[in-house]
Amino acid sequence: MKNLGSVFAAYMIGWGVFFGFYLTVARRTSALREEIERLKNSLNRGK
Amino acid sequence: MAIRSLSAVVVILLLAASAYGAFFLVPTEATMGIVQRIFYLHAPCGMTALSAFLVCFIGNLGYLFKRQPKWDWLAVSSAEVGLAFCTVVLLTGPIWAKPAWGVYWAWDARLTSTLVLWLLYLSYLILRTLVEDLDRRALISSFYGVFIFLDVPLVYGSIWWWRTQHPQPVVFTSGGLDPTMRKVFYLSWFSLTALMALLIRQRYELEQARGEAEVLARELEAA
Repeated sequence: MKNLGSVFAAYMIGWGVFFGFYLTVARRTSALREEIERLKNSLNRGK
Repeated sequence: MAIRSLSAVVVILLLAASAYGAFFLVPTEATMGIVQRIFYLHAPCGMTALSAFLVCFIGNLGYLFKRQPKWDWLAVSSAEVGLAFCTVVLLTGPIWAKPAWGVYWAWDARLTSTLVLWLLYLSYLILRTLVEDLDRRALISSFYGVFIFLDVPLVYGSIWWWRTQHPQPVVFTSGGLDPTMRKVFYLSWFSLTALMALLIRQRYELEQARGEAEVLARELEAA
C-alpha cells in the first residue's frame, strides 16, 4: 500500500480543481444574470 | 434545467465509477506499484485537455471565417476548460513522478511542451482582458488562438519525436495494457470527456450572458 496517499492526493486535487472551476463559473453566471436584470430594469425605467 | 441536472448527475456517477475502477478493480502494476493508478486520471485528463484546445481552435477558426460571436464564445469557453484540465495534468504528473523518477519535475520534451501549452492558453485568456472592444477582442484572440494551437501537436508528438523521460504510450498499442486496466482507462477517458462537455456548456452560457449584458450596457449608455 506504499504511495496510496499520493494516489488519493492526486484524485482529490483533480476533483478539487474541477469542482472549484464549476463553482466559479456558476457564481460568475449568477452575478451576470443579476446584472442583466438590473440593466433591463434601468432601460425600462428610462423608456 | 432538468436535463442539465440529470447530465451533471450522470457525469458525477461516471467519475465515481472510474475512480472506483482505478482504486479497487485494476490490478497493481508490477514495476511502479500502486502509484501507477494516477495514470487513470492523469493520462485521460491530458487527452481531454488537448480535445478542449481542439474545440477552442475550431471556435477560433469559426470566428475568423464567420465573424459571429457564438464562435468566439465557444473558443473562450473551451480554452478555460482546457486550461483547468491541463492544470490537473501538471499537478498530478509530479505526484506520480516523485515516487517513480525520484524527482517531481524533469525538463523533458513532453513536460516542457505541456507547461508551455498551459502558459500559452493562460496568456490567451489574459489577452482577452486587455482589449475592450468586443469585435477587436474576438478577432485578435482568434488569430492568437489559431497560432497557439500549434503547440498541441507538439505536445502530442513529443514522446515520439524526442527521447523523453515520460512513459511511452500504452493505450493505443497492442498488448500494452491488461484488459481491466484498458477498460478502466476508457471509462475514465469517457467520463472526463463528458465532464469537459458539461463544463464547456456551462461556461458558454456565462459568455452568452456576458454578451447580453454588454449589449444592454451599450443600449443604456446610448439612451
